[in-house]
Amino acid sequence: MPIIATQGLTMRFPGVTALNDLTVAVEPGVVGLVGANGAGKSTLIKILLGLLPPTSGRAWVLDLDVAHQGALIRERVGYMPEYDCLPPDVSATDFVVHMARMSGLPPAAARERAADTLRHVGLHEERYRPIGGYSTGMRQKVKLAQALVHDPQLVFLDEPTNGLDPAGRDEMLELIRRIGTEFGISVLVTSHLLGELERTCDHVVVIDGGRLLRSQPVAEFTADSGTLAVEVEEGRDALGHRLADAGLSVRPDGRLLLVDVAGEHTYDLIRDAVVELNLCLIRMERRRHHIEEVFTAPQDAWRQAPPMPGPPPPATAPPVPPAAPVGFTSPPAGPPGGHPWTPPPGGAADGRGSGA
Amino acid sequence: MTSGTIHDIGYRRYDGRRLGRSYVLRSLYVHNLRAAWGLGRPARAKVMPFLLAAIMLLPAAADVAVVAISREPELLWRYSAYATYLQAVIAIFLATQAPVLASRELRFHVVPLYFSRPVGHLDFALAKLAALTTAMFMLMAVPVTVLYAGGLINQVPDPGGHALRYLSALAGAALYAVVLSALALAVAACTPRRGFGVAAVISVYLLSSMFVLSVQGIAEARTNFAFAGWMGLLTPFNLVDAVQVRLLGAQKSAVAVPPAPLGGPVALLLCVAVVAVSIAVLYRRFRKGADL
Repeated sequence: MPIIATQGLTMRFPGVTALNDLTVAVEPGVVGLVGANGAGKSTLIKILLGLLPPTSGRAWVLDLDVAHQGALIRERVGYMPEYDCLPPDVSATDFVVHMARMSGLPPAAARERAADTLRHVGLHEERYRPIGGYSTGMRQKVKLAQALVHDPQLVFLDEPTNGLDPAGRDEMLELIRRIGTEFGISVLVTSHLLGELERTCDHVVVIDGGRLLRSQPVAEFTADSGTLAVEVEEGRDALGHRLADAGLSVRPDGRLLLVDVAGEHTYDLIRDAVVELNLCLIRMERRRHHIEEVFTAPQDAWRQAPPMPGPPPPATAPPVPPAAPVGFTSPPAGPPGGHPWTPPPGGAADGRGSGA
Repeated sequence: MTSGTIHDIGYRRYDGRRLGRSYVLRSLYVHNLRAAWGLGRPARAKVMPFLLAAIMLLPAAADVAVVAISREPELLWRYSAYATYLQAVIAIFLATQAPVLASRELRFHVVPLYFSRPVGHLDFALAKLAALTTAMFMLMAVPVTVLYAGGLINQVPDPGGHALRYLSALAGAALYAVVLSALALAVAACTPRRGFGVAAVISVYLLSSMFVLSVQGIAEARTNFAFAGWMGLLTPFNLVDAVQVRLLGAQKSAVAVPPAPLGGPVALLLCVAVVAVSIAVLYRRFRKGADL
């Protein structure tokens, strides 16, 4: 059963269309919701909490209809807002106990759950001090604790890593991962840092301008791109030409060479070429896609770049370098345009070629 | 389970009872009542309400002492007049404590956390009004009770009449509490800033009573007592006193109250209207403040 499902969900405000015919369904687990600022993420959460009636379309959370079962949904979900939402003159314990009671937990259970939850998010002795003196990281933990204290089946986390330093960020991401796996609570987490979502989520939903751009498991976003990245200490150009002569599709990318994998023999060819040229091989790795590419790459190119073996035609090059695939596919004589990949006698247009 | 420390017993699910709307409403009420007295908050939040409560109590205690020493029962203050005599203290209590309930959670954006839970918008507003009303009632009823108890101890004559007047004064205190709280909450909710809230509440009280007093003075100088009485409905203390005089049989404590047959019902109707409008204002304000 999907934990969240929407069907033709549309939300129009005067002058703005926040959601436009959004149809999506996500399964239990840790789900990332990606979109630029103003893409409709907060509006979607508000609708899913049953607090904002959509202009048209329907939505279900935990199999409950947001239109007339909002109260039941709000009993079963937790919500961590993006901005600061804590009173400064109350201790974290008192605050979380109060929020537990607001979810209907009896007094004794509220106290016990609050202590448990604060310990799980990593707040210890400081939880008896007023929240006003807390660091941003501690505040984020209190916000997370109040969303979890009533043991929801699903939590909405809006930008939980906002304002955290790298260590705090790692800790928060680890915590979100644990909520999904160890605690058994489904998570809908929004972020605009895609690297974070790659690390924590099982599934990512991308919305842009209120429209669904993509909804896929993370594994598919980060699938093997069918490209090898090869780095040698020196003689990159020589290796490039050698591989191109051997019939491989090769492109330069900074200090790296990107080689399209045409089968098992590609690895052998590269190995042999490196040995024959007596080069120092630093690394050879399979390139993976990143979620970022959803935004940076032209849509068509991305769709046409499946993780497929076999000789790809040059036109379907993965989109990592946006430039046209010029380079070693032509004989070493090279195009006369002074491209940096022509050998030094051809005249390097910039300084990059002179090192070879 | 990969436990980090020996204390880590892993996450435990909650299978216990989840109580319904009346429990949540009751918890919210108690929480707000405690907040009105500064309980559950740092010591400096308790200073103002308890200091004002002590000031409220002082004249009653002093008056009982005077009666005890002088043995002159007519020196005992009228119960129904106590709120009018000490209206400045009551107004300061309102001004400092109404923003605590009305705007503190708006200012710190706590409100959305309530409405993402099974808390209704109307329940939220009603719990706040009920909590401040209770706090105000405690503020006014305790000194009146001290007066009454002091009268009993000093064996003032006509204990039956005193009991009756005491009970009617308690009813009056309850009406004072709800009308004053409603007005103050509605005014304080208009600004998320505490300082502005305090200033707004105190100025609504001061300006209305100054305006009404000056108009009443002119009207009485021209012997238009009925007009002076009707004008009294425009300031909260005088409004409730009109109900006390016309419907609860108290003696007049304000400068003037509206004439007999219509004055009482109209004043009571106005009280109800103030409370209703205030609830509507609070409801709308918190709804808007719930924007995630």
